[in-house]
Amino acid sequence: MALISRDPQGSDPLHLQADVLVIGGGPSGAWAALAAAETGARVILADKGYLGTSGATAPSNTGTWCVSPGEDRAQIVERRWQRTAGLADPRWMLRCVDRAYENLLKLVEWGYPFPSEDDGKLYIANLRGPDYMAFMRRRVLLAGVTVLDHHPALELLSNGENVTGAAGVDRQRNRDWQVDAGAVVLATGGCAFHERILGATGLTGDGYLMAAEAGASLSGMEFTGKYTMAPHGSSLNKGLPFRWASFLREDGTAILNSDGEPLRNGIGEREKEIARAMIEAPVYAVLDQAEPALQDWLRQGQPNCFVPYARMGIDPFKDMFRVTLKAEGTVRGTGGIRVAGSDCSTDVAGLYVAGDAASRENMTGAMSGGGAVNSSWAIASGWWSGQGAAQHAKRGYGRGSFRSFSKPLGEAGLRPSGSVKAWLTAKDIITAVQAEVLPLEKNYFRDGSRLEASRQKLDVLWSDVRNHLAGTGVDRYRTREAAAIAASGRWSLNAALARKESRGMHRRADFPANDPAFGHAILVSGVDDVRIQGALPVETKEFAS
Amino acid sequence: MIELISESRCIECDICVKVCPANVFDKTGGLPIIARQDDCQTCFLCEIYCPTDAIYVAEYADGPVAITEAEVEERDLFGSYSRALGWKRGKPGGTEFDPTHRIRVAQV
Repeated sequence: MALISRDPQGSDPLHLQADVLVIGGGPSGAWAALAAAETGARVILADKGYLGTSGATAPSNTGTWCVSPGEDRAQIVERRWQRTAGLADPRWMLRCVDRAYENLLKLVEWGYPFPSEDDGKLYIANLRGPDYMAFMRRRVLLAGVTVLDHHPALELLSNGENVTGAAGVDRQRNRDWQVDAGAVVLATGGCAFHERILGATGLTGDGYLMAAEAGASLSGMEFTGKYTMAPHGSSLNKGLPFRWASFLREDGTAILNSDGEPLRNGIGEREKEIARAMIEAPVYAVLDQAEPALQDWLRQGQPNCFVPYARMGIDPFKDMFRVTLKAEGTVRGTGGIRVAGSDCSTDVAGLYVAGDAASRENMTGAMSGGGAVNSSWAIASGWWSGQGAAQHAKRGYGRGSFRSFSKPLGEAGLRPSGSVKAWLTAKDIITAVQAEVLPLEKNYFRDGSRLEASRQKLDVLWSDVRNHLAGTGVDRYRTREAAAIAASGRWSLNAALARKESRGMHRRADFPANDPAFGHAILVSGVDDVRIQGALPVETKEFAS
Repeated sequence: MIELISESRCIECDICVKVCPANVFDKTGGLPIIARQDDCQTCFLCEIYCPTDAIYVAEYADGPVAITEAEVEERDLFGSYSRALGWKRGKPGGTEFDPTHRIRVAQV
């Protein structure tokens, strides 16, 4: 059968110039592109997949953290801050809710079809993923942004002082691309370690690796202990319906909680007990705690969760079904590239960061920002990074000279330091990393000796990656993904070992208590030699709230 | 995981090739093919972008399942996700009727 689009010979490389290059086409990338274009900058958005369906938001139904600028705004933010296990920054939280609110009003103004409440007021605190991202695609195209779908980025370019663009592959035309740009926004999402979950299989930490190669540090990488419940074998990591679940063993007997009562509510404080039960034996659920009206709202409001039950041929409100906890890495965790400035600049000149590619510690500390907070952060950080990158490009750093002096920065998975070993495949590397960072008994319940054993395994694996892993042609993006997953796993384990306490989703059996001396961020940097900042406990100071 | 493209329903518009975020499909000049099934992330988005409800994605994400086009047709599963959302002919719709805000109130 003749293939039209995939030319086996490859075609001539694509070479473009822009003021701002946005890498990634989820919500934060779309908002970054809009913000940059609004300043008059020439903007290119390159996405691994398709702007509109890529990323964790597109197949989901997400709340936003929507705080209107009324009198109780400060108290709402303060209450949320109390839940962040001390690591968030109220200044960032306040400016994020304000920026997100303004941009949600822009969606209203642009005609996004929000639902109405009973009093007729628009309800803007929820965005249905497929509709939201289809809408954002239209806005981005309308703003004159050049969109490159199916153009995964492989590496950043630098002139030694500034990031000056990026290069990658066009995986549908089988050719290379390069964009020279005055500034780059990384909106590449988090790293879910290739777990098969809705919208996150392609979120492989590509931006973390590119940023670290350019010299940026990462923050909060130990906070990868967030798991969400899903029917066994499915991609549906949507916890909300399990608010109304009872948990059972295969024979239908109720699992009892630590108080001897039937274990219920999969998204509350009892999650830990469900995780423990799951390590022992398979766990089943039935959504029998939902009243009939609620059942209707769940079916109508969460079709991405409920259509699949119909395909399985079960009624989840009556029939029990096996469940699992899906690891979500930094997607619903909080780690990512350190945000260095208010404009979402990074430690590297000309490099900006948005959405889940950025650390969300400032917003959610050690707790998950999954759903609402991350959604508002994507809107706000997208906006700031787009503006920041456009300003940087206008100041003209590196302009004129960048074409002749730009160097590609990509190493692991792309330019191995030794001979390429063909038996070393991306798939095997990913499976080996997953064995250390996904199992509940290693990553949900952490322990210094197990973390250390995993770190040593990934160090050995890394030397194979670094020395021998490379792909050819379009498939180079697969070896780069594997390298990014391996690098993210190492950063996560190193940071988890350094945080000798328990805090939020970081649960250490050997340090079960929260230690106020660790009330600060732990930074990791370096790709081959991982460096840690903030590993030492700090004398506690009195914080004025 | 992506299971099948119905030959009788498909109009060979190649929209699925364009919109799949995991680049699972390839153009052929005729019926698009599922060229990289294992790359599917089971997001169901190809189904709702398909203007003729010609695509079926099974709920099982970890590998292929055995299901025939006749069974999908018989159980009225073609286009069932689009209908639940309110999308029509591959175009967005229905989000203005999303009752999720009621669930969020009940959740607390």
